[in-house]
Formats: sequence, structure tokens, C-alpha cells
Amino acid sequence: MLWAAAEAWRQSGWEGDTDLPMVLGTTGGGTSLGQDYYRQAVGRPTRGRGQASRVAHYQPQRQGQDLCDAFGCRGPVTLIANACASGANAIGHAWHLLRAGVAERALAGGYDELSQLVYSGFDALQALSPTRCRPFDAGRDGLALGEGAAVLALETLSGAQGRGAAILAELVGYGATTDVHHLTQPQPQGDAAYAAMRAACQCAGLAPGQVDYLNAHGTGTPLNDSAEAEAIQRWAGASVTRLRVSSTKAVIGHLLGAAGAVEAAVCVMVLREQWLPPQTTVERLDPRCRFSLVTEATSTQVEVALSNSFGFGGANATLAFRRWP
Amino acid sequence: MKGLYVHGVGAVSPAGWGVPALSAALARGEPLALEPLARPGWEKPLTVRPVPAPAARPAWQGHSRLRRASPISHYSVAAALEAVGVGRESAAGGAVRERLGVVVCVLSGSVNYTHRFYEETLRDPTTASPLLFPETVFNAPASHVAACLGTVGLNDTLVGDDGAFLAGLALAAHWLDTEQVEGCVVIGAEEMDWLVADAVRLFHRRLVHSAGAGAVYLRTDPPPGGGVSLERVTGAHTFAAGTSRAVAAGRMRTELPGSGVGELLCESRRGVRRLDAAEVAVWSDWRGARLAPRVVLGEGFNAASAWQCVAACEAMRGGRYAAANVSVVGLNQQALGARWVAGPGAERGGA
Repeated sequence: MLWAAAEAWRQSGWEGDTDLPMVLGTTGGGTSLGQDYYRQAVGRPTRGRGQASRVAHYQPQRQGQDLCDAFGCRGPVTLIANACASGANAIGHAWHLLRAGVAERALAGGYDELSQLVYSGFDALQALSPTRCRPFDAGRDGLALGEGAAVLALETLSGAQGRGAAILAELVGYGATTDVHHLTQPQPQGDAAYAAMRAACQCAGLAPGQVDYLNAHGTGTPLNDSAEAEAIQRWAGASVTRLRVSSTKAVIGHLLGAAGAVEAAVCVMVLREQWLPPQTTVERLDPRCRFSLVTEATSTQVEVALSNSFGFGGANATLAFRRWP
Repeated sequence: MKGLYVHGVGAVSPAGWGVPALSAALARGEPLALEPLARPGWEKPLTVRPVPAPAARPAWQGHSRLRRASPISHYSVAAALEAVGVGRESAAGGAVRERLGVVVCVLSGSVNYTHRFYEETLRDPTTASPLLFPETVFNAPASHVAACLGTVGLNDTLVGDDGAFLAGLALAAHWLDTEQVEGCVVIGAEEMDWLVADAVRLFHRRLVHSAGAGAVYLRTDPPPGGGVSLERVTGAHTFAAGTSRAVAAGRMRTELPGSGVGELLCESRRGVRRLDAAEVAVWSDWRGARLAPRVVLGEGFNAASAWQCVAACEAMRGGRYAAANVSVVGLNQQALGARWVAGPGAERGGA
């Protein structure tokens, strides 16, 4: 996360800003340190050495404070933990802060690390692919876990233009909804995903036909992908056949709380470089998918890109980005 | 900030289930009795203030979502339903309320199931329970609250030290200000576990862990009679980049008006000198009444910050104060404050 933030900071050209809001999404913070704490508390309970440090550094707020210390900022630090939508929610929340005039700039993103607990959890749910992750494939059989981080340096247009900044893309819409169908399973018709896409496009003033590329949540699990496909088709309507879709989770895995942020960064890359990231693992497209799944790297004109992120607990978020000319 | 009115409050605490139990314990002012909590490898138990079992099984526990939910979800749902008003909402997932926001604020979250699931993983990962893992996620309580209230709108879980609950109020205020929601229930919740109680001890050996939840239901329309409103939430002053607890607390104090005459200060003071020093110093000029719920109830992190706000609203509802400042100098992240004011007829209207 520090690496990603430093990269974003360098690109932004920002200089010292003591009151820079930091909005971060994560599912677990420093889970591996929490595991270490637990193992020592159970295995060697009377040995306290290192335990205070593990408690302090395990907590997500500590990672936010580390980020503040690294850039000489006082925050505030907001940590959003909406499961696998966390990164997208963090970026959406920061965007709202800028739109409301609460701040001129914000660092926003998501991060997560792999841990025994998380791996075992997805394994217990039989959500991990025993073969390879193939989102929207008729024979898809699960997801592949990953880890990482992405941070976006967000700034108001007037602020960025005023200092002659190189603008990478424009964040134009954000929608967030809740699926109350089940704690882990999406409502089969994808109502909440549909509503999130609709809300993001409404606040961006976009019709589905204006969207060129959608970075799907696309985990590769049977239930997620079928509900998301239903939602995409309902939302896109007649435009669905020209809508190009891919899930980059097929390539980099499911980064949990970081996923929404990393996939937002992918959308920015798509708009900057004018290409579409492929999913090369698809063998036979699920016949229920009527959109155009990107299976080869393609150079093309992309003006608007959407990113979907969904999570346990029914957290659904969509971000909309527009190419900056 | 638009006028933000309190339409209801809810609480689950070591004093019992419901706001009346909380208010009664705070009115008595005596620290609640300590109870032992065993921890592996130690003969001497930890001492904590847990939530007592409810006198009767609440009807909402029959909701399908809550059959296997952890205590933090039960506390969150109970507090939210009390705040929103059980009579006005369907706890059985009835009406869908698209425009009701939910913010849940936690520090340690669903630690009971996390600890159990990890224990099972270490024993044999192939038999670790798939029923436990989804409940370990930080936003499980928020999801259950949404399901019980039947709301599909904005729903965020904030993680942080005990200042997160006030940051949650600020988030709700932002959503209401920008008309993204029509109402918002903000919940602070924590649950009891030896693992957390053991960790709390590392902050200070006299710190007593407690658990529960508190909730405040905010809307922009005033309740009948005026009621209590949230006037402001201060900035979140982070302990970072060379800013000490004392400096952060001082910045929070400068954003809250009043010297206290006829008003209430509801503090996060814990009764532990080293941890309290910064907060005590910045409020040394306060001449009004003071209330420190943590001294009575224990360190319930974000639940405790919610109890502070609930207690402040209840005190104004009783007509005892014209305004109340809530001060939170968190354990390890930030200092925030909130100011509540009573409108005409506050003692008759909503909380």
C-alpha cells in the first residue's frame, strides 16, 4: 500500500499537504500479524514479547497512520471495510468528499494481503478454483486469490488544472447499493449490481450505450458471474452486444479489499492507453452472457469505462471513469 | 451541515439491553461489577464487563439472517431496531427502504467467529466451518442490520479506534446533506472475547474491556416537538505525522464551543490517568456537568463512543441540558468531538 501510494504521489506531482484526507479500503488490515498474535497468545500465553506491537500494527488504522507518516500528512484517515467492494467504496467516498467541497485532494485506494485465515475461509466455502480462474466461462469453478494494493491521487478539476497537472482520467460516477439476499450469495438477478451500475451512470449523466468497457467483478464463481451477467444485460439493454467486458481477476486474481482499487487503476490505464485487457482463460463463454467478452488484448477507442466491485454482506459498488482528452 | 435531527437512539451494554438500562446505570454512576473471563494458559482470569443475556428472547432473533450470527451482529441489530423504532420498521425483512443509510463502526469486529475459525484452520483447514467464515468479515453486522431493516441503500462499515463512531456520524451527515439518503442509522458495536480483552490489557493493565452497541438514527426532518439535533462533528485529528494525542485533543477542543454552563460534557475518560491525561487537560476549563460512561461501563471502543452520544441525547431529552459536547480521544488513532443541541420541546420529542 505504501508502494502504491508513493507511486501515485510521485505521478500526481503533489507537494506537502498536511491535511490530505486518506480513504482506504481493506478487508482485514494486517491479518497476518493478527494471526501471529493469536498463535503466540494460545501457544505461549505467558510470553508477552512482541504482542503489543502485533496488536498495534495489525489494526487497519495503523496502516493509515503509516501512510500519513510517510507523506507527512495528518489525514484524516477513513478506513472502509465493505468486504471485497472496499477499495471501490473508498474511491467513491473520496470522490464525494471532493465533489462536496470538503477537500481539494485525497489519496484513495485499497489494500489487502493473503493470509491463512482468508485462504482457508474461501477454501471452506468451496469458492477457490481447483483448476484455473475462468470468469464468465460456462465451466467456471471458482476464484483465485491474490493480494496487492492500488492508490489513486484524486484532485478537483480546478485544482489539477490550476497547477498544470497531467490528468490521467476523470472519475465521473459512483454508485453503491446493498444486496440483502444472503450474506455471501448474490440475489440471482443481480438487482443490487444493476442498481449500482445505474446509479453510477445516472450521476455521471451517462447512458449505457456510452460505456465502452466494463471491468467486471467477475470472480469466476458460478453464482457471482451469473448474477453479474444478468445485471449487466438488464442495465445495458439494447447496447449489451457492443459492450466489451472483461474480468482482470482471471489474470491477477481476486485482491479482496484491494480489488476495486486495482481494477479502478486498470480502467485508468485502459482510458490512457486505449486498449482492452483480455481474459485469456475462457474456453467456452457461458451462453447466458450476451455482452462481448474481451479474450484478446485489443487496441481500440475507449471513452468511458466502468468498474464493478461486489463483496460479502451484499456490498455493491460501481465506479465510472471518462478519458481525459 | 443541514439540520440533522435525532429520531431515535438504541443501546446494548453491560448494563443490559435497551437505552433505559444504560441510562439507569449511568444515573447511578457506580462502575458495574467485574466478571471473570478465562484465557488459555493462565490460572488467573481476565476481568471484564460483558453484556448480560437478554431477559427474554427478542423477536428479531428469529430472523433467518441472525440464526448463526455472532454477538456483535445481535448487538448491532438490537441497537439499530431500537433507534429506528421497532414499531415503525419490520424486523422480519418487510418493506424495502432504499433511502435508509446504515453506518456501522467497529474496532475489533466479529472477533468471536474470527478466533474460532482460525482455531479450526490451525487444527485442520479441511474441516474449518464455512458457516463461520462469512461472519468474520467486518461488514457482516452492517449486512445483517440492512437485512433486518429491509434497506438496500448506502451501507458502510468504518474500522478504526473509538473515534470511528463520530467519523460515522460525520459520514451520515454527509450522506444526509447531499440527499443520498433520507435517514441514516449510525451504530458503534464491539463484542467480548478473551483475545481482545487480553490485547486491551496491553494498552493499560487497568483498562477493562466491555462490549455492546449504541445507535443513533438521524434525519433532516425534525421529530414532533423539535427534539435533539447534531450541530457539528469536528474534524478527525489523527495521531500521526508528529501530532501527539495531546495536540490532537487540543485541536478537537478548539472546534467545540462552550465553557459548559448549563451544558453537558460527555467524555471518553476511562479512569486510567495515563490514557486520560490529554482529554482531562483540554477540558480543564469546562464548568458544566460531566459524564464518563466508560468509567461505569468499561472500554467498549466504538460501542462506548456510541453510548456517550446516546447518553448525551437522553440527558437532553430529559430537559436537563441545552447542549452537550461529546469528546472522544481514541485509543490509538484520532480525537474527534460532536456537539448536540436541544431544540424547543426536546424533552417531549424524539430523542
